[in-house]
Amino acid sequence: MPGDYLPILLSLGIAIALGAGLIWFSWASGLKTGGRVKYSTYESGVPLLDRSRKRLSIAFFLIAIDFVVFDVEAAFLYPWTLHVREGGWPLFWAVMVFVLLIVAGYAYVWRKGGLEVATRVARGIGGTPR
Amino acid sequence: MSPETVATLAKIGVWLTALLSVAPAMLWFERRIPAFMQDRLGPNRVGPLGLLQGIADAVKFIFKEEFTPANADRPLFLLAPVLALIPALTTYLVIPFGPEVVIGGHSTKLVVIDSDSGVLLFLALASLGVYSLVLAGYSSNNKYSLMGSIRASAQMVSYELALTTAVVCALIPAGTLNLAEVVDYQRAHLWQAISQPIGMLVFLVAAFAETNRLPFDLPEAESELVAGYLTEYGGLRWAMFFMGEYMSMTTLSALFVTLYFGGWSLPFVDFSGLSGLVQALIGFTVLAAKIAAMLFLFVWVRWTFPRFRYDQLMRLGWKALLPLAVLQLVATAALTVGGVL
Repeated sequence: MPGDYLPILLSLGIAIALGAGLIWFSWASGLKTGGRVKYSTYESGVPLLDRSRKRLSIAFFLIAIDFVVFDVEAAFLYPWTLHVREGGWPLFWAVMVFVLLIVAGYAYVWRKGGLEVATRVARGIGGTPR
Repeated sequence: MSPETVATLAKIGVWLTALLSVAPAMLWFERRIPAFMQDRLGPNRVGPLGLLQGIADAVKFIFKEEFTPANADRPLFLLAPVLALIPALTTYLVIPFGPEVVIGGHSTKLVVIDSDSGVLLFLALASLGVYSLVLAGYSSNNKYSLMGSIRASAQMVSYELALTTAVVCALIPAGTLNLAEVVDYQRAHLWQAISQPIGMLVFLVAAFAETNRLPFDLPEAESELVAGYLTEYGGLRWAMFFMGEYMSMTTLSALFVTLYFGGWSLPFVDFSGLSGLVQALIGFTVLAAKIAAMLFLFVWVRWTFPRFRYDQLMRLGWKALLPLAVLQLVATAALTVGGVL
């Protein structure tokens, strides 16, 4: 019944109210002196050296894509957990074929270096670090 | 109000009280325990044994100046700490803390949402945690914050994969997504920590990475990134991230002991003859004791192991934990079909 899930809405409401309340409360009770230096971006005590919207390693993007692919595949295993016993060996082998397909994709990504986040220099290819 | 509504509200009240007292308790725990490990005293001045240190800290946080950096994206900057509280304050709903009991003439199951998709609900709500970290890093407009949050999100999604697969293994013998039935299965058979040791270890390691705890606290590695995504936060906003982290540790530990260590039940002991209220008390106490043991493990590990390097961390997640989890999946499924489990 959808009504059984109302506690989620209630808990979400409690969490948001608590969070907003805490933020308001500490804003209302703290000092406010401010100042140009205090409002500046933190850079270990020296003037700001560069901007924050910098170029990032492509590895993070690859990791995210790998996650989406494999997580969707893993999600297909959840319905199976309910029927492992009744399904018996025929279903077991059917799912093993599916798992094998995932493993094949995983092996491909591994071989292509899609799971590497270290730079080529750190892995000892492409010259020595300065 | 109907008796069911009263029972649900009472159960939510019990959980909320427990969860919200975890943060100040852990503040104390996490200073006294390492102090004893390092032959120091730790905070012992505020109240008996320094127990009121958490309250003193809370008062300090509240009266600190709250400011938002001029370059920050203000709405998102304020939204991130609120989002940090949401996963921990919603996932507890599906964790059972006792059997079906009769209290005051009404029969009720000691779990807030007795859902046949409980585990999916837990994982879905727990995944929301990554938004808070990413938004905190992005909105701060600081390169350390951004690097910390990008690392955090990559780390969390990587380990989530191993965690999800380990959870699938733990559900196969019981054949259900309802955590109360997983506990019932373990009462009838063995604790799954014994029948699925590899899956248990994969879950354990992934839990450390999911909550960004040492040795996987790369997102806030202070020796490289100042404080990662927390760099621009201070006062109570910073404390909210830590409340969220401690409460997430608690709910994830609750899922862990429910899947692998029998949840609220004790082996070889049967409380079903006692009155409903006593059963509820015993169930909640047993679950709380198991969670406390897990939280102690979190602290113990933090003060024992050094931090990983970032590429080592990703290698462990993708190239060691994930294959191990798949191995456990095949083994558990074969044993279940073969009738061993």
